[in-house]
Amino acid sequence: MSRRFTPKVVTANHLLDGDAIWLTADNQWTRTMSEAEYIDDADRANERLAFAASQADITVGAYLADAKLGENGPEPTHFRETFRTRGPSNYAHGKQVEL
Amino acid sequence: MYKYNDFDEAFVRSRVEQFRNQVNRRIAGELTEEEFRPLRLMNGLYLQLHAYMLRVAIPYGTLNSRQMNQLAIIAEKFDKGYGHFTTRQNIQYNWPKLQDVPEILSALADVEMHALQTSGNTIRNVTADHFAGAAADEVEDPRPTAELLRQWSTDHPEFQFLPRKFKIAVSAGAADRAVVKAHDIGIQVVRNDAGETGYRVIVGGGLGRTPMIGKTIVEFLPKADLLPYVEAVVSVWNLLGRRDNKYKARIKITVHENGLDEIKRLVDERFALIRPTFSGVDQAMLRDIETHFAAPAYKNAPLDAFDDRLNSDPVFRSWVDTNVAAHKVDSYGILTISIKKHGETPGDATADQMRLMADLAEQYGHDELRISHEQNVIIPHVHKSDLPAIYDALKPAGLATANIGLISDIIACPGMDYCALATARSIPIAQEIAVRFDELKLEHEVGPLKIKISGCINACGHHHVGHIGILGLDRAGVENYQITLGGDGTEDAVVGDRTGPGFAAEDITDAIERIVRAYLDLRLNAEETFLQAYRRLGMDPFKAALYETEAKAHAAE
Repeated sequence: MSRRFTPKVVTANHLLDGDAIWLTADNQWTRTMSEAEYIDDADRANERLAFAASQADITVGAYLADAKLGENGPEPTHFRETFRTRGPSNYAHGKQVEL
Repeated sequence: MYKYNDFDEAFVRSRVEQFRNQVNRRIAGELTEEEFRPLRLMNGLYLQLHAYMLRVAIPYGTLNSRQMNQLAIIAEKFDKGYGHFTTRQNIQYNWPKLQDVPEILSALADVEMHALQTSGNTIRNVTADHFAGAAADEVEDPRPTAELLRQWSTDHPEFQFLPRKFKIAVSAGAADRAVVKAHDIGIQVVRNDAGETGYRVIVGGGLGRTPMIGKTIVEFLPKADLLPYVEAVVSVWNLLGRRDNKYKARIKITVHENGLDEIKRLVDERFALIRPTFSGVDQAMLRDIETHFAAPAYKNAPLDAFDDRLNSDPVFRSWVDTNVAAHKVDSYGILTISIKKHGETPGDATADQMRLMADLAEQYGHDELRISHEQNVIIPHVHKSDLPAIYDALKPAGLATANIGLISDIIACPGMDYCALATARSIPIAQEIAVRFDELKLEHEVGPLKIKISGCINACGHHHVGHIGILGLDRAGVENYQITLGGDGTEDAVVGDRTGPGFAAEDITDAIERIVRAYLDLRLNAEETFLQAYRRLGMDPFKAALYETEAKAHAAE
């Protein structure tokens, strides 16, 4: 029996401004994590990551990040990913004020 | 200060255009990220957590008002109105857009600045004593040597793909203010018994995962031998350094694994081979460079108004006592402007603050500014009679905090608020500690105490050489902070000792307060600094205060 798969989202940075972005189920990139495709299957995760990596004109450094399902969609499980959804803590800059 | 010649100017401009072309090709899809990444890193452009980050070189931390004003304009036009001064005397912009970076580099070139070799496996920005040219204790101004090294290392064809990054620092004082012993090569300008000026060369220092204090490889190197000798050291390491494991690639590991004697033998062998190929052009260039660093035309003015203010205004006096260091000219001072107001981000300055500092340097400071590795801004030549006017201008701008060398003068790396490599945040910890000791009104009583915080093992925040070092880690998905005590980044450099288990973010400021209160209880008198007390007493009493009190608190819960 294979190890239990931790659900994932596909995330990357945007080529032009470097902002954190997530891959949606309909092949779009969103700046809001909760709109991302929630992936609970390892094969699907690898397939989606390969798709993301092929979008080199939009993305840099696509990877799979652990996620859990919240009320409005996927949510981060690690603090690093949480910071990516909002921006730095010393100034009201980034997503916390731009979204 | 150094003024670009036609060659420098043309070279920097050509690199801007080259990079502009590369950015266009990346955006057009003609370059993959794998192809583009090393190219952008050569130009100081990183991709961080939320955005790109551009690291701009400020060679040996020296700049003039025109350059500082340009940094302010760039901050406003291309960033969010501020910049972050770093422990390599550089400035980082946290929010540039990829398509704007060529314009930023072009704006930098307009004021003889660039972002070359601020990243990648090359020889990085050469740092130097931020009091250079002003300190009373120096053999000579270390900056011409640093500038010679900058010119030699920039685009050096042999050293563009080194095993890892390579950092050089130069100091020339009895006191080491440039942390030379924590560099791949540290250079100290010294004078021998015959009265000749030369260099003590130290190799294999470094912080990071495996902190090491550098070892002296040659006690006295004649000045004319500098470039061939440094070239010999770098090329020996270039061949010998480990490329199989990035954590073992720095020269400190090469020296450690092969032994200083073997490295010295190889360097001497290489030096003998290449020394004859240096025809003396470099020394002619050095003599030209030296003319750029002539001392300013010091002025004479009465000091009565300064003395009156000193005697009548205790807040002004406290600021002078804390932030103004002795200058080699008696009537002058070296002013350190704290960009670490309590609760603010260490090393950050807004565009308006940059402009004010530039204006003050132009009006009162012989048009010179420095960035220190401790993330402050220095006006190195200030006549004391001008200090009241400078203070009055700085105060409303939030730039008159009297905390240089004190507990709130904290070095902090950007940490996980910005950095993609970080394992925990640094900035909020620095902010909280500074605010805590300000509220307690203890910092002047505590006296000299250097806290340095890194948000990962790479140690950009120099935590190993902090009197109190803090290292942020990810422990099972939670930010956790390890403490080291007794580190020192001066001529007596030593790596701090770990106290034991780390602390959660919400407990770390209390932990630091327990250490500091223990010091206040334990010190012989107010003259004994934290570091002296630690050296006298060792870890035990501090550890007891740090953990036993904590155990008691838990038992009482």
